[in-house]
Amino acid sequence: MAELVFGRPKSLSDVTLSYCPGCTHGIVHRLVAEAIDELGIEGKTIGIAPVGCSVFAYNFFECDMIQAPHGRAPAVATGVKRALPDRVVFTYQGDGDLAAIGTAETVHAAARGENITIIFINNAIYGMTGGQMAPTSLPGQVTTTSPYGRNPKIQGNPIRVCEMLATLDGVAYAERVAVDCPKNVLRAKKAILKAFKTQIEGKGLAIVEVLSSCPTQWGKSPAEALEWIRTAMMPYYPLGVYVDRTGGDAE
Amino acid sequence: MTVEILMAGFGGQGILFATKQIAKSAMVAGRQVTWIPSYGPEARGGTSNCSVIVSDEPIGSPIVTKPDILLALNLQSFDKFVPRIKPGGMLIYDSSLVRKPVGRDDIEAHAIPATQLASDHGIAGAANVIMLGRLIAITGLFDPEEFKSHLVEGIPDSRAQMRENNIKAFEIGYGYKE
Amino acid sequence: MAKVLMKGNEAIAEAAIACGCRLYFGYPITPQTEVAEYMAKRMPKVGGLCLQAESEIAAINMVLGAAAAGARVMTSSSSPGIALKSEGISYIAGSDLPCLILNVQRGGPGLGGIQPAQSDYNLAVKSAGHGDAHMVVYAPSSIQEIVDLTAVAFDVGDKYRVPVMMLADGALGQMMEPVDLESLGERKPPEKPWATTGHGGLRKKNIINSLYIEPEELEEKVRARFERYAQIAEHEARWEEYKLGDAEICLVAYGITARICKTAVEMARRRGIKAGLFRPITLWPYPSRQLDEACRRAGVKRVLVAELNMGQMVDDVRLAINCRLPVAFHGRTGGVLPSPEELLGEIARLDAEIKEEKD
Repeated sequence: MAELVFGRPKSLSDVTLSYCPGCTHGIVHRLVAEAIDELGIEGKTIGIAPVGCSVFAYNFFECDMIQAPHGRAPAVATGVKRALPDRVVFTYQGDGDLAAIGTAETVHAAARGENITIIFINNAIYGMTGGQMAPTSLPGQVTTTSPYGRNPKIQGNPIRVCEMLATLDGVAYAERVAVDCPKNVLRAKKAILKAFKTQIEGKGLAIVEVLSSCPTQWGKSPAEALEWIRTAMMPYYPLGVYVDRTGGDAE
Repeated sequence: MTVEILMAGFGGQGILFATKQIAKSAMVAGRQVTWIPSYGPEARGGTSNCSVIVSDEPIGSPIVTKPDILLALNLQSFDKFVPRIKPGGMLIYDSSLVRKPVGRDDIEAHAIPATQLASDHGIAGAANVIMLGRLIAITGLFDPEEFKSHLVEGIPDSRAQMRENNIKAFEIGYGYKE
Repeated sequence: MAKVLMKGNEAIAEAAIACGCRLYFGYPITPQTEVAEYMAKRMPKVGGLCLQAESEIAAINMVLGAAAAGARVMTSSSSPGIALKSEGISYIAGSDLPCLILNVQRGGPGLGGIQPAQSDYNLAVKSAGHGDAHMVVYAPSSIQEIVDLTAVAFDVGDKYRVPVMMLADGALGQMMEPVDLESLGERKPPEKPWATTGHGGLRKKNIINSLYIEPEELEEKVRARFERYAQIAEHEARWEEYKLGDAEICLVAYGITARICKTAVEMARRRGIKAGLFRPITLWPYPSRQLDEACRRAGVKRVLVAELNMGQMVDDVRLAINCRLPVAFHGRTGGVLPSPEELLGEIARLDAEIKEEKD
């Protein structure tokens, strides 16, 4: 007798994703959809899409969705959550959206302890606009706007988002994960699930930073890109839990 | 008839409270009225002034630039606004804080040492209401008994003393002989 | 009908609450900070929320989120802050969301000043952020009218799914006048089946979005929105005519300036000059046809536009009458209000021109 052992999560739309081959956005989308399914919250969840490669995320999740101005997703999420406190609200944002143009919105939503979940894709580059320097681009990283490599003396230093936000009392849970290998994908899934549970239990802002690959703009093969996450990104952005004020209940 | 009143002094002298009493009385009397304070850094800098217009017709600009009546509670506002009083207009000023000649003979000037009177009667801080008493006595703008009832309206029981002080201050101003 | 003395900034807040608004997002800026202060005091007592945002940008995006969630929501600011909000206003317009935005205008450009101005007319009427979009713009000229138009603004916003701006100024925000709030009664927002409230498994998912990557699709969306705008122009224009019946000189002014013009009209009439006032109450849609008709009906010979800027609405007046009549302009700026006397001077000058023509 045939048994279905692997299928599309119910909360993930049955459409073709707009991401490049080898891009890990698809994996993270799946993990978010699985978490929503497992918690049975699709009908009470509102997702906020950013500006960036995941701008079309409103087409990819089956819950109600809002497309926000660039960087403003945490403010939009604040408006939704304050209007509908019993719903589940998440933002899905890239590094340019969250840590450059939207830094103020991110930091203040975190400081207020907005009871929302932020899924933060850190791939150290602007993908949609064609490979420009991101706030998280590494020192020495070549991008179209740092063609001689990011020079901290000229272009400044990258931002470590989880470390920064962990200093704020409103942040209940901040963890950095990666989706470079099955083991880390499983860890990422656990973190995303916990980030939603943290919100459901009313504990404050939860953020999961996901180190992701961008083979197209990095100019690497998908496999090389995953390797670059491990060799270049992880030393600068160590994986781990940066703050957990959930009291362990949300685990 | 339209009366344009400007009251000016230091922040803390109760300019806003006093002018609101005029506005309230005008409203209750069924007249048109506008009230607008100076605002912003000027208001933070220690001086305070407020425009009240009472009229039987719809009021245009609420900001009084050339008052019919100026109530001046300190020297700065005396110096700044006395030249702007309309010819034939009226000045009432606190002569315990302004000790200089009015310098205009085309206006009706009334001096009252309001701050001194307030402190003499143990109601320091009520110079603003003493000025109101004088204003009503001179102009007959409102019925004094009704005006007094508005003066104590809305003051909570926890500040019952303030009601008494307001009435006392009004009567000192109302009965003052120059 | 009990009247109370209220500042414009407080009256709009109380009126919004009476209209069922339970969410306010704002940021302090003179001369409108009393709105946030009033909301902070009142909202918790009516089960609502006043949240001070980290910026004007954040505040307008919180408004976007709350509007998307189906709530009646408002924000307020003054000129420089409204400029910051314009990004969010464009997204709100492009996402077909209703909300109320109050602009208590102050002098500009830059940090400018804090005294009353009308120099954001173009910002409000012509360019509510980037793209082809409009806000419905109301220009009250008294505190009572602020209250009455607040109710209209929320209803119109919800009916057509458009952002609405209340365009006031420092004088209207700061001044007190007697108002009757009881006449508003208790009002309720309509059902919003399009809102992103969570589908509960009962309907297809809702999407609030302003992105249409296919040009034809975006064009279709914009055209559909402009059809709604045409409906708004047809049904929602508001204006007041004052002593225009036999007027040879038609003053055109809105907001605080219209009050001063009324005084000037009275003064002119006492001198035997046939002056009247056309006061647009909606600045978008502009009551163009109504202005043109009023001028034709009366046989107006000169138009005088007065604004607290260097000449912004005056262009819309010329368009409304198709440049059929000479249009004079009297503007004060920087926070200065014109006196009725200086307006009377302009009126008398135009009257002399008319008499010369007659001779």
